[in-house]
Amino acid sequence: MNLIRYQAPDPAPWLALDRWSDLRDELNSFLDMPFWSGFGRTGQLFIGWSPALDLYESGDHFVAVVELPGMRKDVIDISLHDGTLTISGERKREKSNDGETAQRTERYVGTFRRSIALPTRVDPSKVSATYQDGILEVTLPKAEEAKPKQIQVS
Amino acid sequence: MNTLTRETRESDRRQAEQFITPAASVTEIADGYTLEIEMPAVKKDGLEISVENNELAIIGLRSLPAVEGTPIHRESRPENFRRVFEIDPSIDADKISAKIDQGLVTLTLPKAEHVKPRKITVS
Repeated sequence: MNLIRYQAPDPAPWLALDRWSDLRDELNSFLDMPFWSGFGRTGQLFIGWSPALDLYESGDHFVAVVELPGMRKDVIDISLHDGTLTISGERKREKSNDGETAQRTERYVGTFRRSIALPTRVDPSKVSATYQDGILEVTLPKAEEAKPKQIQVS
Repeated sequence: MNTLTRETRESDRRQAEQFITPAASVTEIADGYTLEIEMPAVKKDGLEISVENNELAIIGLRSLPAVEGTPIHRESRPENFRRVFEIDPSIDADKISAKIDQGLVTLTLPKAEHVKPRKITVS
């Protein structure tokens, strides 16, 4: 006898949008890879879950804010390739002991990967990140040539 | 026997506009239950847990990081979190404990002594 009623979490309005950006990322990475290498090798098509990502822009830098509750700092991987920021990692399934029964599982486990193309070039050597309260904040300073410049009229 | 924390929806609906329902997982362990709720951007002092009329309510008020600049892409939602469960009579409500680490709330709900299995010696 199981009295737990199933209840789906609120459908997030960004989910549809997110799928599109995922699809776009996948298409981009598909177009980037040599055709004959196939997907089998990289295995990155429709992989894992995808955390919510916000991107902010100011005069000289971008800030990416990603919701990653309950992770360990050392399993979060941040990479920058061809102007695309990729955040990936894995949330390990906790070892279940004998006599433990999952009654409800809404939290995602497994690998995640989230990419976003940055509108302008950034300086990869100056990228920094913090992780607090389950929020990852990546600061990406713009490359010198991408910063807005004031031109003095002489 | 397997009854656990059932969810109450009616009270949820009333306040649906201000809150979002976070993802939660429930695991039954030997002497109780473990409830995990994802509440990114919630700090310890933003967490409100209450038990009233057999209803366990977990509210997470978010302290979103103040980020400099204009948002150019947005997927997150700024609302606070709220999740309500009906606690099973087998749970000892006085012994519920909670912790929050990196936006993950973990509640431990021990079963009351009288429902724990015990051996009866035949004299």
